[in-house]
Amino acid sequence: MTSRMPIGVLSLALLAALGWAVLSLPLRPAGLTAASLAKLPESGVTNPVTAVLLNYRGYDTLLEIGVLLLAIVAVWSLRRGEWPASHLHDRPLLMPLLRVVLPVLLLAAGYLLWIGAFAPGGAFQGGALLGGAIVLVMLGGLARRALAFERLLRAGLVLGVIVFAAVCAVTMLLTGGLLQFPAGTGGTWIMVIESAALVSIGLTLGLLYFGGRPNAHHA
Amino acid sequence: MILQIFDGLLLLVIVVLAWRSLNDRDVFRAVISFIALGLLIAVAWVRLRAPDVALAEAAVGSGLTGALILSALVRMRRRERAATATRGEAPT
Repeated sequence: MTSRMPIGVLSLALLAALGWAVLSLPLRPAGLTAASLAKLPESGVTNPVTAVLLNYRGYDTLLEIGVLLLAIVAVWSLRRGEWPASHLHDRPLLMPLLRVVLPVLLLAAGYLLWIGAFAPGGAFQGGALLGGAIVLVMLGGLARRALAFERLLRAGLVLGVIVFAAVCAVTMLLTGGLLQFPAGTGGTWIMVIESAALVSIGLTLGLLYFGGRPNAHHA
Repeated sequence: MILQIFDGLLLLVIVVLAWRSLNDRDVFRAVISFIALGLLIAVAWVRLRAPDVALAEAAVGSGLTGALILSALVRMRRRERAATATRGEAPT
């Protein structure tokens, strides 16, 4: 018990410091809300969150997609994946469920991608749905042959980063600034980036569930 | 008034679920608590008027992370069972 005392004191001190920091914040911070809303018509989208993620702070999002790619590279380097032990005939309800749910999930992923320009949604949310669909397919032990196309999977995994970087390069040639879209075309560039990101995010999240590199023997 | 009560209950259940997902002796129950925690945090994000974060939290924080942890749990148990099986066969 005595060895826990210093840790407890430290935790309390940290809590006090954090509490003091929060309490000393101004009650109504000026923030960047007004500035970002004022520039919204120029950003190419009408959803302020998407405008921040892909226009004002596009660099952060590029790095985030890179982090996802690093995660799947790390998992693939560590081990080979394995299929869930049970098979479809052990789960009589899974297949009828998949028949209904998979098309809805794919449709919803596309819808979230599209609606992200105007309302809550976007590539990450849509990608998560796509990833969920891939997890369901794996749970059913379906599409085992798809994992044999490892090169195609790799291409899908890096697509988001490559397209994002390509858009960076092209727009830099056009405007001279990193991720500065030519006036009036922001919406198009954002949709191009988000479409590619959707594929990569969905594949990454889905294949993370597989837990390793595709194994040639299981194909 | 009703919304305040709802928010209060929401916060309370979130704290309880967080505690249970850390301290439940049954690991499976702890995982289920964690998944439920993610869903309720998504509701909290909606109450904070951040539906974008709520969508991401529900899909990634609760759904996919939950699936990942569950599959890790299954693998862990399989390995434990294999370990006890070989230990039982070994002559001592």
